[in-house]
Amino acid sequence: MIQDMAILIRKEWKEVVFRRGGGKQSWVSMLILLAMLGVYLPYMSGSEWLQDPIALFAWAWVPLFMTIGLVVDAFAGERERHTLETLLATRLSDTSILLGKIFSSVLYAWSISVICALMGAVTVNILFSTGSFQFYSPGMFFGGLLAVLLVAIFISTIGVFVSLKSATVRQAYQKLNLSIMAIWFIPFILIQAFPDKVQIFFLKISPMLDANLTLIIVGLFGVLIAADIIVLLLAKKRFQRARLILE
Amino acid sequence: MTAQAISTNDLHCQFGEVRAVDGITFEVQTGTLFGFLGPNGAGKTTTIRLLLGLLEPSGGSAQVLGFDTRTQSDEIRLNCGALLEQTGLYERLSAEENLDLFGLIWHIPAQQRTQRVKELLEKMDLYDRRKETVSTWSRGMKQKLAVVRTLMHDPKLVFLDEPTDGLDPVAAAGLREDLVDLARQHGVTVFLTTHNLAEAEKICDRVAVINKGKLLTVGSPDELRLQKSTYSITVVGRGFNEALLTELRAMPDIESAEVQDRHLVVHFKHETDSGTLVQFLAGKGVMIDEVRKGKASLEEAFLALLEEQA
Repeated sequence: MIQDMAILIRKEWKEVVFRRGGGKQSWVSMLILLAMLGVYLPYMSGSEWLQDPIALFAWAWVPLFMTIGLVVDAFAGERERHTLETLLATRLSDTSILLGKIFSSVLYAWSISVICALMGAVTVNILFSTGSFQFYSPGMFFGGLLAVLLVAIFISTIGVFVSLKSATVRQAYQKLNLSIMAIWFIPFILIQAFPDKVQIFFLKISPMLDANLTLIIVGLFGVLIAADIIVLLLAKKRFQRARLILE
Repeated sequence: MTAQAISTNDLHCQFGEVRAVDGITFEVQTGTLFGFLGPNGAGKTTTIRLLLGLLEPSGGSAQVLGFDTRTQSDEIRLNCGALLEQTGLYERLSAEENLDLFGLIWHIPAQQRTQRVKELLEKMDLYDRRKETVSTWSRGMKQKLAVVRTLMHDPKLVFLDEPTDGLDPVAAAGLREDLVDLARQHGVTVFLTTHNLAEAEKICDRVAVINKGKLLTVGSPDELRLQKSTYSITVVGRGFNEALLTELRAMPDIESAEVQDRHLVVHFKHETDSGTLVQFLAGKGVMIDEVRKGKASLEEAFLALLEEQA
């Protein structure tokens, strides 16, 4: 199954990322992203870039939005272009098609995050040299990469459901963008909407949260892993040949 | 290999109230070209989907290459090639990349894959344009590529849904030859759906007619033609007149007699010898150029079958 997944990942990347002619646009947007997160922002932040959690947010989370285009193209696009049925008529199993497509976008986002992180470190070491090699703390670096992986799996799998419920790529893209925005912003909006008493309570417990930060992060990873497993199982149930062929 | 590449038994497929496939039973012999004919919405594509194990039947059973479509659909897809309603080509990739992808999917080793891609593209006169993005190609070229894609992994059985659709007459004739060659020389079974009845008549060993999910008939194109026009004789000649027609129509064995553009078509109530009619016409001074017995086209037989069902 791993080999079949690799074939599909190669196909998706070739079709969307490395395609000739129309691929220029995706290369340009990728280069802009790398220049922003790997050079410009580290240059503006200096050595802080390697310690500041805000930097982690930039190189680890922003590329996730690039998964949207890829996952939508892999499912809604394939259906819109009438190639999904041909793929379903091959020897590939439902699971290898599903996972191959999900991981094509997951690995894409993850690779960009790794490159951004490494470019940022190189930029800081060149422009703000302290005489010794500067790098992210292991917790920040590996935690960031793990978080990207888990969130990318979550977003891509949600992308499968959204794509299969959308008539066109454009519609799927819009729906998924809105869903991701909602996931990001609804918690902030909800916190603002809480009564003052609740907000004061949060402020009171925040030093306690800081003291147990590692525990909380481990807990969050646990929640993310559980969420990934649940959405992947649901997607596996949803992505059935007999059902897809009739849609 | 089993003698029957495909065998169905009372196969049903129902979507809600709609009976897309309604109890069809037929067999397809290994190494033959089988034409599956029917108007739009007759159930042809659903039948292919059932045979490929893409859909679960609501009733009955089917075996493809000896594998059960319900429980062994993976084995079926491993050994079959399929061109469905759409070409299903990745238009942002080149022709070479498209074929290579399907070679990879079937785990064909790299060297063998390159060789096979070259061989197939050369056969279809597409090799020179192998590096071009498929989206820039004409419909006919895409159709040819889609057909060769189904052959990439040397399947034992290929399902082709309207393979010559969109091809120019020369390309269509070429493809028909290739299909015949596949069946005759390489023992590949070809299951073909087509609206082009002349095409089916030319290349298919056996044909089946389906309409509204029901199988109306199965047999060789000749059998089918004869089934619906056994008792007709067409005489091409000169000297037909109204008095002759009246005389013919009055005969007890004759159902009808019509003249159209020097063609006298006589329908009999039961099977008859053409000699009697020829003798009678010659006696009446008719100049006979040609006599054809029961040689209605497959299209006429097909239309008669549909009319009969309606």
